[in-house]
Amino acid sequence: MDWWSPARVWRSRVYRYRLIAGRCKSCGRAHYPPANACPYCGSRGLDNVELPRVGRILSYSIVYTTPFEDKDKSPVILGLIDLGVTRLVAEIVDVKPEDVKMGDRVEAVFRRISVDGGTGLIVYGIKFRPVRMG
Amino acid sequence: MVLTPERGAGVHGWGVYIPRFRISMQEIAREWGWPDHQWRALGMIEKAVAGPDEDSTTMGLEASLNAIRRSGVNPADIGAVFFGTESKPYAVKPSATVIAEAVGATPLTMASDLEFACRAASEGVKASIGLVASGMVKYALVIGSDTAQANPGDVLEFTASSGAAAFVIGPSKGSAAVFEGSSTYVTDTPDFWRREGSRYPRHGEGFTGEPAYFAHIIGAVRDLMEKLGLKPSDFNYAIFHQPNGKFPLKVGEMLGFKPDQLKLGLVTPFIGNTYNGSALIGLARVLDYARPGERVLVAPFGSGAGSDAYSLLVTDVVEERRDKAPTVDYYINDKIVISYSIYAKYRELIHVIRE
Repeated sequence: MDWWSPARVWRSRVYRYRLIAGRCKSCGRAHYPPANACPYCGSRGLDNVELPRVGRILSYSIVYTTPFEDKDKSPVILGLIDLGVTRLVAEIVDVKPEDVKMGDRVEAVFRRISVDGGTGLIVYGIKFRPVRMG
Repeated sequence: MVLTPERGAGVHGWGVYIPRFRISMQEIAREWGWPDHQWRALGMIEKAVAGPDEDSTTMGLEASLNAIRRSGVNPADIGAVFFGTESKPYAVKPSATVIAEAVGATPLTMASDLEFACRAASEGVKASIGLVASGMVKYALVIGSDTAQANPGDVLEFTASSGAAAFVIGPSKGSAAVFEGSSTYVTDTPDFWRREGSRYPRHGEGFTGEPAYFAHIIGAVRDLMEKLGLKPSDFNYAIFHQPNGKFPLKVGEMLGFKPDQLKLGLVTPFIGNTYNGSALIGLARVLDYARPGERVLVAPFGSGAGSDAYSLLVTDVVEERRDKAPTVDYYINDKIVISYSIYAKYRELIHVIRE
């Protein structure tokens, strides 16, 4: 089965499209993507929370050796994004690698996150890009 | 169709998305050996280029989120999502469902991808007015979005660009601009086409002007003004489809509009022809600035060919909606200028063997 099988694409669509995180009713902490149990305390009492779409870059890494299907996006910038209630790892786009700085404000953008060759599914999800104005 | 306020429809929210990347006319001309007068005659400066992970669906979703933010509407109350494009990511699989899901309008909603070259989204506007005015849906979301294609080296490459506009259409009451009426003018005119499986469109060169663009827009606008008993001087702004920076000024002049009425809604010189976004991004820019009581004419055009003309009256509500999302000027000014080689890579003009 492909990594992005139709079933997986379908099952994960809501949290990929709308930044829906899991929030633990027991310890109160949020996590993304939502899991079946809280990664911090193990509780299975969870509900969902929509994350803010603006955050800050806590850290980042520039990946030059990308898979061939991502060569047109190389180098890929992977960021650890602080959204206040939780943190997540996502691609940082629409910026030159030399212009990325820790602490920069970034906003969520809806993008293609995977394309299965010329005939398979296009998988959409959230990436982040620097807020440049306002 | 002439709408009365009691059973009418209006724009509750408007929003756009323009990708960050720009390529200059000089850069394209240098690459393909065009003389400067070729692009200067088009009235163009730069065009917007979608990034390698963007397509008409991603841009349409960003514009939709901005339109919904401005409207304040609960996405669950959206009963129809119309996605107008001529650059569908899939030949078979709707983009409207992706957008409906991502904004939170699913599952109890219509969702349709529409096709009529550059005026597919405008068909969605007209259908939405009908659905809302008849009471079949409370709100409709209409999106025009394209990553416009052009054969590399074709003169069309100067203008074909990427961008999106979206509108939440709902009852007249509470809207920022009320539709006063509309008119549609279509004929079978082969001015521009793209066959199934073909990557780039073909066009009839000079034939795209007089019998197509000008005849259809003039036909729709004159019919609308006659039905509503209005004349060009009754409008504060007029926005026409913008395949380049020259045609909208010319058609405006032919219809009796003054340059001052056309200037605000003319966005193509800065971002290029966004196809289904073209006139609708112009309308969004006008709503970014319009004052209550002002009247707006907008006339999208699509090859094949047809044009719709709409008259809108701006209401007091426009003032409170304006600042709830980024303006068209925000997106126009937020740019990174790229070279032809980066443009070619981003728009997949370079042949790469993929599995």
